[in-house]
Amino acid sequence: MSDTSNTVSKEEPELEHQNTVAPADDPTAAPVSVVDPRLLVREEGFKGYLTEFKRKVKGGELGSLPVVVGLIVIWTIFQLQNDRFLSADNLSNITYFMSATGMLAIGLVFVLLLGEIDLSVGSVSGLASTLFAVFVVTHGLNPWLGLVLAILIGIGIGALHGWIFAKIGVPAFVVTLAGFLGWNGLMLWLLGSSGTINIPSDSGPVHLLGQSSFFMDQAIIGAYLLAGLGVLSLLVGSFMDQKRRKAAGVPFRPTSEILLRVIALGVASFAAAAVLNNASGVSNALVIFLAALVIVDFVLRRTTYGRKIFAVGGGIEAARRAGISVPMIRITVFAISGGFAAIGGMFFAGQTASATLNAGGGNTLMLAIAAAVIGGTSLFGGRGSVWSALLGMLVIQSIQTGLDLLNMNTSIQYMITGAVLLGAVVIDSVSRRSQKAAGRA
Amino acid sequence: MVHVSATPVLALRGVSKRFGAVQALTDVDLEVHAGEVVALVGDNGAGKSTLVKTIAGVHPIDEGVIEWSGNPVSINRPHDAQGLGVATVYQDLALCDNLDVVGNLFLGRELLRRGVIDEVSMEKQSRDLLSTLSIRIPSVRIPIASLSGGQRQVVAIARALIGDPKLVILDEPTAALGVEQTAQVLDLVERLRERNLAVILISHNMADVKAVADTVAVLRLGKNNGSFPVKTTSHEEIIAAITGATDNAVTRRAGRRSTEAAK
Repeated sequence: MSDTSNTVSKEEPELEHQNTVAPADDPTAAPVSVVDPRLLVREEGFKGYLTEFKRKVKGGELGSLPVVVGLIVIWTIFQLQNDRFLSADNLSNITYFMSATGMLAIGLVFVLLLGEIDLSVGSVSGLASTLFAVFVVTHGLNPWLGLVLAILIGIGIGALHGWIFAKIGVPAFVVTLAGFLGWNGLMLWLLGSSGTINIPSDSGPVHLLGQSSFFMDQAIIGAYLLAGLGVLSLLVGSFMDQKRRKAAGVPFRPTSEILLRVIALGVASFAAAAVLNNASGVSNALVIFLAALVIVDFVLRRTTYGRKIFAVGGGIEAARRAGISVPMIRITVFAISGGFAAIGGMFFAGQTASATLNAGGGNTLMLAIAAAVIGGTSLFGGRGSVWSALLGMLVIQSIQTGLDLLNMNTSIQYMITGAVLLGAVVIDSVSRRSQKAAGRA
Repeated sequence: MVHVSATPVLALRGVSKRFGAVQALTDVDLEVHAGEVVALVGDNGAGKSTLVKTIAGVHPIDEGVIEWSGNPVSINRPHDAQGLGVATVYQDLALCDNLDVVGNLFLGRELLRRGVIDEVSMEKQSRDLLSTLSIRIPSVRIPIASLSGGQRQVVAIARALIGDPKLVILDEPTAALGVEQTAQVLDLVERLRERNLAVILISHNMADVKAVADTVAVLRLGKNNGSFPVKTTSHEEIIAAITGATDNAVTRRAGRRSTEAAK
């Protein structure tokens, strides 16, 4: 990079204040570089990557490393136990079923970025699926209108949690714990004695999110189209960014690094497309989940709103002094979390084509939190990315599907899921501690 | 060396501030010109912070006049002060640890390009600003968490300059810093003066004050207790003004002796 090599002879310090500039008193002082001599400079080429990577891991910046290692370990173990685990059909199942809880995890990433927690997402998702069923089945509302209404109610519930937290000052943990119980109760009351409402699934949103709905009606080209679109946009975006940075004279990504990234994404996405095509195609639920990830990632990293969320998560006082309305950010973030919970509820309704007493119950909440944290979003706020919802969900859903495949008891499933959640939080805490020790947190 | 313009950038005339039963400021005057560093010194509780907060709009004044470039203005909110061109760097720096240097410099006023944050322009401007101030940091893309205390201080000061202010208020900028880092910050204060900004520097450290300030304004018990040009004033005179030691038995006897000796 350009800022590493230029050594400029030291400028003359103002004479009348020599006592304040220590090196100037020393007549033998050699010319010093304008850049701090102690700074960590990345070497060129692949060796540079390797040393940078080692330093980051030592410093506790694990990024998505634990999740990739975890995924390989989990897949190896289950494949050894049951050779159907890595079959195209099973992998396709994993991608379909992870979308619903994944939506909850997206909302949770927002809340975790503030350093808060939302315990109500499971209950809100169940309530949303029930409300949708009541609107559509009991009252005969248009399914799309019902969908929009249910999601709006989810947003409203989240905003209510956020308002109580931000304006009244009740800890978010307690507000959403109350929501966890309360909204679940409302759902049970709505379902009443019948217990289950079946939703016709031959058309409308429930069909779209169902297991038999695929992108471009299972056309082979569909999956490759999606993969190609992703790779192409990364390629074009990276080179455009490089060009602008070169023109502005600021450090830019070398072409080799861009190509490496593009090739890595290309291999991963085309392999996934091939596997899914081998089964039955890309489910529409997965496509919607991926689209949501792309949009939300853009909002978090490229808009002032996203920057404000990171700022509030990193330092409330600093954010306030910078003119950011902290209560506004808190309320909207909880509203977003509620909205994504409701969308997840629609996905659950699509999976079973019904609203049931179990929807959003059980360990849904734990799985969603575990997914966000396993993927690398810190519980302590300010650090993370929405892609952690995708990576974490791959891990969580692999475990779920694998245990189902092995016919494990619910008891065993709960224990294993609990251990995985604990493990993720321990990794988060330990990496944060070593980041502190390395002076990077 | 100091180009003092005729009209002060900021002038306080007879400013008073009460908190309940406490008279925090009584009839205080203060003038700061463009290209001038005014050190505001005083003992604990002398009213330095209160005075600064009245200028920054945190505490509106009860009596008196604040003049900005010769015109009376009313500063009732922090927003008013920022609008005039007052930038304040408080003792607790209030930076976001998780954001990088660029993110912190532009926090709350990000540059946009077609509605999207323009990282490239922000990075370029940050590098330009930091290099004109000769600020040394490892990289503008490094999180604040990995900078030293002195580096954070200079980033906080640089952040104040992004909005193109006319007056910069520094509240104890060197209080928690080591020798080399203090030197860095003091260098930076001089560069602010070279850019023809007015600077108010609160400090307890007489060495710092002597090193960079042009004028020392002393507050004692919420009142003006003298304003001295730094060059012609000794350390002891300033300390005496701060502690109020100018008028006591020792000084009176010394004064009597010198007049007797003169006879």
